[in-house]
Amino acid sequence: MTTTTQSPQAAPDSRTPSRAARLLADRRLPVAATALLFLVMYGVGLSRYQFYGFAEPQVFLNLFIDNGYLLVAAVGVTFVILSGGIDLSVGSMIGFTTMFTAWLVERQGLPLALVIPLALAVGAFGGFLMGYVIHNFEIQPFIVTLAGLFLFRGLCLVISKESISISDSGVSSMAQAQVSLGMGFLSIGAVVSLVVLALAFYVLHYTRFGRRVYAIGGNEQSALLMGLPQGGTKIAVYTVSGFCSALAGLLFTLYIQSGDPLHATGMELDAIAAVVIGGTLLTGGSGYVLGTLFGVLVLGLIKSLIQFEGTLSSWWTKIATGVLLCAFILIQRFMTTRKKA
Amino acid sequence: MTTTSRWRALTHHQLFWPVAVLILLLLVNVPFTPDFFSVKMTDGHLYGSLVSIVLFGSPLILVAVGMTLVIATGGIDLSVGAVVAITGALTCSYISDQADQGALSGVLLAMGLGLLAAVVCGLWNGFLVARMGIQPIIATLIIMVAGRGVAQFITDGQIITINSEPYKLIGGGYWLTLPFSIFVVAVVVAVTVALTRRTALGLLVESVGGNAEASRLVGIRSSRIKIMVYVFCALCAGIAGLMISSNTSAADGNNAGLWIELDAILAVVIGGTSLLGGRFSIGGTVVGALVIQTLTTTIYTIGVPTQTNLVFKAAVVIVVCLLQSPKFRAKVFGAKFGARFGARGSARPAAAPADPAPPADAAPKMEVS
Repeated sequence: MTTTTQSPQAAPDSRTPSRAARLLADRRLPVAATALLFLVMYGVGLSRYQFYGFAEPQVFLNLFIDNGYLLVAAVGVTFVILSGGIDLSVGSMIGFTTMFTAWLVERQGLPLALVIPLALAVGAFGGFLMGYVIHNFEIQPFIVTLAGLFLFRGLCLVISKESISISDSGVSSMAQAQVSLGMGFLSIGAVVSLVVLALAFYVLHYTRFGRRVYAIGGNEQSALLMGLPQGGTKIAVYTVSGFCSALAGLLFTLYIQSGDPLHATGMELDAIAAVVIGGTLLTGGSGYVLGTLFGVLVLGLIKSLIQFEGTLSSWWTKIATGVLLCAFILIQRFMTTRKKA
Repeated sequence: MTTTSRWRALTHHQLFWPVAVLILLLLVNVPFTPDFFSVKMTDGHLYGSLVSIVLFGSPLILVAVGMTLVIATGGIDLSVGAVVAITGALTCSYISDQADQGALSGVLLAMGLGLLAAVVCGLWNGFLVARMGIQPIIATLIIMVAGRGVAQFITDGQIITINSEPYKLIGGGYWLTLPFSIFVVAVVVAVTVALTRRTALGLLVESVGGNAEASRLVGIRSSRIKIMVYVFCALCAGIAGLMISSNTSAADGNNAGLWIELDAILAVVIGGTSLLGGRFSIGGTVVGALVIQTLTTTIYTIGVPTQTNLVFKAAVVIVVCLLQSPKFRAKVFGAKFGARFGARGSARPAAAPADPAPPADAAPKMEVS
């Protein structure tokens, strides 16, 4: 996939662009930049905190354990952004899923095996509804998913104003299960998130559906003229995002073992930031789901670095995220103007 | 014949539906609180549900008016909540550092400082959108994310409480028997309406929203207009931030103005401004903001659990957006009605000012537009 998208870009320019220009036009550049940033940050962490156990492999694996839910949510958002849309309902959907799961397991006594598919189905259906409205009534995705944000956060509060802690033994044993990797371990949530990432990579790069997502994000008009099922793809993209958010909600429930109406407030911004930092163009049509992985890892690493530093307060996470977001948006902008010129 | 035509003119007026919804919501309260419309004079201040709706709605009206102009240029500003927090934090921390918190000069300086920070945020947003050409949602997302961090950084993660008489006036004080913030809102709205409807500025804003490139080609400096509206929006958010922090005499970097951007967008949409840009109605926005505040108050008074507030808002957003969508109208009401409705919506010049016969109890809010 990567090679097929690369070749037409370098070829048509007859002016034999300089090496630097070609490098700048490479679609993989933002992903590489993010990966490099991650490595540099990790290196800085190593040199600063090597006597505090930063070098242990488990610190690295903890990035996946602590950010598994964000990775899953960000993968869903990647689909939406690649198709040229945006999904603001992610955080609310995660919060709603934690609440819904906790309520069903604790208050209604339903078995976990029934609750998990139910929660996923509700999430996917919510995404489907938003996609349906966006496509069929031609309302901006921004405002429809904003309504979704209100709706799901409101439904959380309708279920209960108080947080519900989960004492179910199945949940806690799942939460504490460790998958040993020799040098460390991963939680079930981390493994699930990596599986989702692999699946998303396969779907986006090796299936028809993936190509349609890129095509619609690249130019909706041409995709339509080419005869691609534009409506179905759009609805499917939001369904995928809803499903991923619900799955992220389940992982978050597992991670935190309670449902709370205020869980994951504003996580849609983290997810969008991770996708953007991962090099996906906000205009759609260009980007890699692997970049999203690096975006999530960078955000996670900022959190752990701040924890290791000890003296820095939590708000530096927000400021650092904002600064990174800004830098990457400007890089994107620079790249796209270069391409046009 | 004249009555029917007058009735048609009334129902076809842009503000008819928002005002009708507002009146309906106000009337819903009457069975639950019979003296809902009564306004009492106590201690030289006017008290009553109507006064408090306007009082608590003031920050939202301000933010929504700024947002209207941004949306009219086809943009959106998500950073207003963060700007509210930054302004409040900066002003309160400056006041709390002073020996005499009641000194007028110090308070004015602090407010100026807060508003200056707001303007800087607006300039930054405008720069990213107009000069760098970044999508407005994303450009303003930066300050939305980082701004809260900055506000917490200013307040050191604490809630700064202050005790300053002059500062208390702007958000919680009274003047001429009415809450002072109502006058602030009235002045801002009046100035905005005058600038946009009595000068060519409103026309320019609408033309930039309609087609920025075409406007540039006919000689309108669209990027300058865009920067201007983002600065104006941030300034409005800054004033709202002063109001919120002054009302509680505290600055909370984390929660001040949380979700206000969503409420403001909602108010603009209810007021009939299209999210696609190109036309706007300040009067509609003011009514829209009052609708949201009334909805909140109504939910409190009729005893519905307050947590359903968000579900109601979601329902309102969906219904209003569906009604604005020409495709939905065509599908539901039949093609003819949809086309007629749609054509009328787009062909009509935006926001004819001052309807001659606004319904009686909406009159106090209407006179500003």
